[in-house]
Amino acid sequence: MFYREAGDFKTSYVADSQTFPLKLDKVGFWVTMMVAWGVIPFVITDYWASALLVPFLIYAIAAIGLNILTGYCGQVSLGTGGFMAVGAYACYKLMTSFPDVNILIHILLSGGITAAVGTAFGLPSLRIKGFYLAVATLAAQFFLVWLFNKVSWFYNYSASGQINAPERLVAGFAVTGPASPAWAQYLVCLFFVTLCALIARNLTRGSVGRSWMAIRDMDIAAEIIGVNPLRAKLSAFAVSSFFVGIAGALFFAVYLGAVEVGEAFGIQKSFLVLFMIIIGGLGSIFGSFAGAAFLVLLPVALKIVGVDWLGWPTDLVAHFQLVIVGALIMFFLIKEPHGLAHIWGLAKEKLRRWPFPY
Amino acid sequence: MSADFLYGIEVLINGLMAGVLYALVALGFVLIYKASGIFNYAQGVMALFGALTLTGIMSGQVPFAHLINATFGTHIHNFGWNVPALGAIALTLVVMVCFAWMVQKFVFRHLVGQEPIILFMATIGLAYFLEGMGDLMWGSDIKKLDVGLPQGGSRWVEDITAGLGGDDFYGFFIDKLDMVATLVAAILVISLVMFSQYTKQGRAMRAVADDHQAALSVGISLNYIWILVWSLAGLVALVAGIMWGAKSGVQFSLSLIALKALPVLMLGGFTSIPGAIVGGLIIGVGEKLFEYLIGAPFLGGATENWFAYVLALIFLVFRPQGLFGEKIIERV
Repeated sequence: MFYREAGDFKTSYVADSQTFPLKLDKVGFWVTMMVAWGVIPFVITDYWASALLVPFLIYAIAAIGLNILTGYCGQVSLGTGGFMAVGAYACYKLMTSFPDVNILIHILLSGGITAAVGTAFGLPSLRIKGFYLAVATLAAQFFLVWLFNKVSWFYNYSASGQINAPERLVAGFAVTGPASPAWAQYLVCLFFVTLCALIARNLTRGSVGRSWMAIRDMDIAAEIIGVNPLRAKLSAFAVSSFFVGIAGALFFAVYLGAVEVGEAFGIQKSFLVLFMIIIGGLGSIFGSFAGAAFLVLLPVALKIVGVDWLGWPTDLVAHFQLVIVGALIMFFLIKEPHGLAHIWGLAKEKLRRWPFPY
Repeated sequence: MSADFLYGIEVLINGLMAGVLYALVALGFVLIYKASGIFNYAQGVMALFGALTLTGIMSGQVPFAHLINATFGTHIHNFGWNVPALGAIALTLVVMVCFAWMVQKFVFRHLVGQEPIILFMATIGLAYFLEGMGDLMWGSDIKKLDVGLPQGGSRWVEDITAGLGGDDFYGFFIDKLDMVATLVAAILVISLVMFSQYTKQGRAMRAVADDHQAALSVGISLNYIWILVWSLAGLVALVAGIMWGAKSGVQFSLSLIALKALPVLMLGGFTSIPGAIVGGLIIGVGEKLFEYLIGAPFLGGATENWFAYVLALIFLVFRPQGLFGEKIIERV
């Protein structure tokens, strides 16, 4: 009744193949964008930014990146944390070497550097398949973290081995460093999320995205019908690492401000992003957002329930969190392998018929 | 013989011993993978869980004590008894078999026929679940595990070998625990091979590994075999947990031995028991020698974290199925 496609006619191919073919979806999209850009920056508080919104936006970028590689191209990667570290350290080196250049350009450039590194580590995928490849990407994870720990050039020979984001301005407002206001951090992240989601959406529905999906569904068959596996796999690695690198740069420069590589970009981070796309939905941009939101919200919600309501000590709640996340992963893989995105689709299907289901 | 050369040999021997332990963990992976096609990432956490349960039972800890105390405001910690090591090991084995049954019943029975990568991701979920469960049941503090294994360097090996080199060579330093661990691992590996070659259950296991449907059609219960295999993997995990736990205490880092075993598997091939053993030895020796010859002097040390992976990666580029794996045949 409220959600319907009846009467929404298309008279051209362009109109038929747009991102949001239904008018209602389009309205929903623009309302969301207006709230995100026009309302939230004015009402955002420090707690909301640092506990929920900024990590959600950054993880959403990382999840979109991994979803392109794993969900669309079928190459499972466990090296996300390592690639985020590349983005963070590239951003740090650029920020300190060229302090006059705009930070937004630095973040984009660090995405580009990560794309190059990711492509290099993607080369074995041409020969290694399935979870042999998944394990091979762990080589990237461990090697990169070790590299940033040991080679002091990367952290400018600082004694602590940490990297700290210096203050950088965009249009006169600080977006990095300890003095940056919550709304500025939020807006920078939102800008990159919008950019990445737009790029990802348009890549995945074009010929590049179709060649990725062909490789995912059956690579030999794809090769026979004329998809170049070299180009498809490496472009997936490059685009995916580009997004993951941007997420890493934002995670370091905007969100945390100071980073120790083993702690912030360890293998746990790789698994976290992988869980986001499993729970959210493999091969879905919306799913990347849903999964990121879910796994950012879950610890906060558990903390409120466990610590504040039940009065449990925090370590107990942390253990419970592990149990619940693990159980949820198994539950989703068994009951809903397509994730939250599929549940959302089912809900829309139900809404379409409500209140007169047949 | 020069002292440097002898130290090189000492590194080699220690590498071989570490390699046997890697092989032991890798074996747990191979068992499950061959029988059910599941690549069990949770193997390392199973080792941690086994060791935690063992220490908990030995010291008479109350399971979930922390949770019970937090909920009801009580102060219970111990039953007030101590279980001898052998009895505790037997009890822990019972727990591991129960765990195997539950994993089969509640998780992997519902995932039969899914793609391998989905199963792999499910085991990552299982690893998280089990890790949290272990912490909830027994607490997350570092525990000492003492089942009566000898500790410390072996004096007589040092004394015997001291005469080999010049004045600045003091003999090989070899940990007694490592020697025991090597021995136990060797015994376990041999008995597992015997089990799978000469017993009825072992034959059934190999039949399932060969072809699920054919095995079903001659009357082998897949469910039974899978529970058996998970129990065996639990046994292997428990042994690995005891060895590593006795060495460095029972704590979270114990579960990271799974990450050590992954390159071993890639190198040896996921489907081959000899592959796991040879792969373990190559990785063990390779990473110790690399650290000794190149890593520590030139690269700033701690190369052991990634060397195994890079080595396995290079191997895989030339042999995508590992050294001993079955040839990958792809059909459209």
